[in-house]
Amino acid sequence: MDLNYTPEQEAFRTEVRHFLDENLPDDIRERVQKRLRPDKELTERWQKILFDKGWGASTWPKEHGGTGWSPIEQLIFEEECALAGAPRQLDFGLRMVAPVIMTFGNDEQKQRFLPGIVSGEDWWCQGYSEPGAGSDLASLRTSAKREGDHYIVNGQKTWTTLGQHADWIFCLVRTSNEGKPQQGISFLLIDMNDPGIEVRPIIMLDGEHEINEVYFDNVKVPAENLIGEENKGWTYAKFLLGHERTGLANVGLWKALMKRLKEVAHEEQDGQRPLIENTRFRDRLAQLDMELRALDLTVLRVLTDKRGPGPQASILKIRGSEIGQKLFELLMEATGQDAIAHVPDALELDYNGPRPGSIEATPAAGDYFNMRKLSIFGGSNEIQRNIIAQLVLGL
Amino acid sequence: MNFDLTEEQQMLNDSLRRFVTNEYSFDKRSRVIQSGKGTDPATWAALAEMGLLAFTFPEDFDGLGGNAVDTMVVMENFGRGLVVEPYLATVVLAGGLVRDSGNDAQKGDILPAIATGERLMGFAHSEPGARYHLAHVQTTARKDGDHFLISGQKTAVLHGGQAKQLIVSARTSGTANDQHGLSLFIVDTDSKGVKVDDYATHDGHRIADVSFSNVTVSADNLLGEIDQAFPAIEKAIDLGIAAVCAEAVGAMEAMNAATLDYIKTRKQFGVPIGKFQVLQHRMADMFIQTEQARSMAILAATEADSDDRNRRREALSMAKTLVGQGARYVAQEGVQLHGGMGVTEEMFAAHLFKRLTLINLLFGDAEHHLAEVSDGLLAKSA
Repeated sequence: MDLNYTPEQEAFRTEVRHFLDENLPDDIRERVQKRLRPDKELTERWQKILFDKGWGASTWPKEHGGTGWSPIEQLIFEEECALAGAPRQLDFGLRMVAPVIMTFGNDEQKQRFLPGIVSGEDWWCQGYSEPGAGSDLASLRTSAKREGDHYIVNGQKTWTTLGQHADWIFCLVRTSNEGKPQQGISFLLIDMNDPGIEVRPIIMLDGEHEINEVYFDNVKVPAENLIGEENKGWTYAKFLLGHERTGLANVGLWKALMKRLKEVAHEEQDGQRPLIENTRFRDRLAQLDMELRALDLTVLRVLTDKRGPGPQASILKIRGSEIGQKLFELLMEATGQDAIAHVPDALELDYNGPRPGSIEATPAAGDYFNMRKLSIFGGSNEIQRNIIAQLVLGL
Repeated sequence: MNFDLTEEQQMLNDSLRRFVTNEYSFDKRSRVIQSGKGTDPATWAALAEMGLLAFTFPEDFDGLGGNAVDTMVVMENFGRGLVVEPYLATVVLAGGLVRDSGNDAQKGDILPAIATGERLMGFAHSEPGARYHLAHVQTTARKDGDHFLISGQKTAVLHGGQAKQLIVSARTSGTANDQHGLSLFIVDTDSKGVKVDDYATHDGHRIADVSFSNVTVSADNLLGEIDQAFPAIEKAIDLGIAAVCAEAVGAMEAMNAATLDYIKTRKQFGVPIGKFQVLQHRMADMFIQTEQARSMAILAATEADSDDRNRRREALSMAKTLVGQGARYVAQEGVQLHGGMGVTEEMFAAHLFKRLTLINLLFGDAEHHLAEVSDGLLAKSA
């Protein structure tokens, strides 16, 4: 038992850090570290830089254009990226649909879709949830009827994150009403430019447009876009959710934010003293710091477990989201009443107008509001507890 | 970065697990506790036979050269079966102090005697009013020719009533709360002037208050450098923290297993109560708390032997905080999910509850160690 990184892993960390020093553009770094408004261009530009280096897909095997890194190397990479102020890569393509295509797709689909994901050329979004199908995902009703060599898709998806930018959407659709609800679901890849698709924004409680509804009105989808077998989509969907969950712990990002939170606690004033000298605030910071340490170790335990991540991954989703939310709560409370003002323009890099308090206060409350989503999406934390109860504890 | 046990540790784990399951039943444990002796000679001999009492001692002194990870394996199994033998006091605390601070003569006298199971030891450090402050020592050791005269009062001495010898901390200079000026002495408990009040604990162990009234101790019995014992005391406490963190994880697992078993079989309203989602989610949270505690017990075990004092103390305080909180959570929930049965003496869960509760009070509770970590954040910025 040894919790130290090996010399090779430390060398790898140095290599990543060096690359980030040299290649992460200043404007991107500044926008990420100041937690300004993200946009499509920034995400795509960074993905292209990583792709050119051969690091476009840190979690993929080499044969598909990935790095072939070990889980520990992937974690180190994520952590260093977050600490350096690199933007998050888009999960929907890289970590969600890609593993499904690699595992269940045919060769033609692999050749057709994977290169665009790793290069960042294709922007993907997720078509799982529906107005009537949230945690009870299998009750989804968006239908795909086979007509010759096409499917005709009708229905509505919702909570589609960054769908306004997307070129492609991976959808769970109903291809049969026979048997149990899970049995009639298929996994379909749909071109967002197809006629009959309409994307409508949902403005979230932080006032930002991140989420959408997607409507399908007789959308004609080539049958070759079906992944695997018809009516087997539930298997692929669960596989994807398992992959999503491991990534949802977000340890690298939380470590970077914890580092920032400690800095903020020194910078913000509490009367005549720095906030860090306020024992009650500092104790909460310390508590969270410890919980993050425990999460970090638990992630490492799961990732180095030779049996592979099982339903235990639900722990990571639950604790990762709880710790993330607490971080944003403390980041907000650290800036005190300066966090109250809503100045949306100040989330742009070129903003020169007035703002209350330090720049830290500008995104503080909005981020806190936004992050309530963490315990809701990707299978709500209550669903994760069901998974633990049923699959781990056998209840 | 690996979390694997070595082959030897895996074997140790397997044989201990078998031993606790097969040879240390609930009834047997109850009989040991009721005897009031604080130890069961047959069990202790079996542990010695398995090499357990020597695992962490140097090979030159009949030991196996193990470390705190080995102790973790042992204590986790003890936690699972709520073993009440004086392992923590004798092997981890006193044995650890002699191993780390003793000269060859002292090690040669004590470590093999512990290893064979013939000698029980204890660590007499805490004093009334000290709470969890390690430098708060008012017991004095006054030099008198080639002897020392020790006077003072020690409290919460684990298995002090069973120990043949105690490692006693005493002030050789300075005043209470000075880190400098502390020394350690090996004291026979049958020495003139030693008074031992032996108590049962709520969780089946034994504990003692020990007073020293002008107890004469040879200078040969000074353990380590005079006035310089504080770092050794911290380290011993850290070894103790790592050990009880592991014990707590074992007991938390046992609590989860007992509770799971109970809610799968206990029927109300015509169904096993484990079918109720409100109980399922609480059981899931107990599981999460246990996994988190396990991660921290591993951190504690891998840091406890380190001589990088600040890093070690921070890791151990982090572990003790989260394990203490998690132990309390799992203990309380386990009893609650057992319903009325959970508050009866006949249920194993009740005994797990008591041990998990009291572990939090040993070597600093969660709040104490949270404050340590928190104040560390301040120190880092200074």
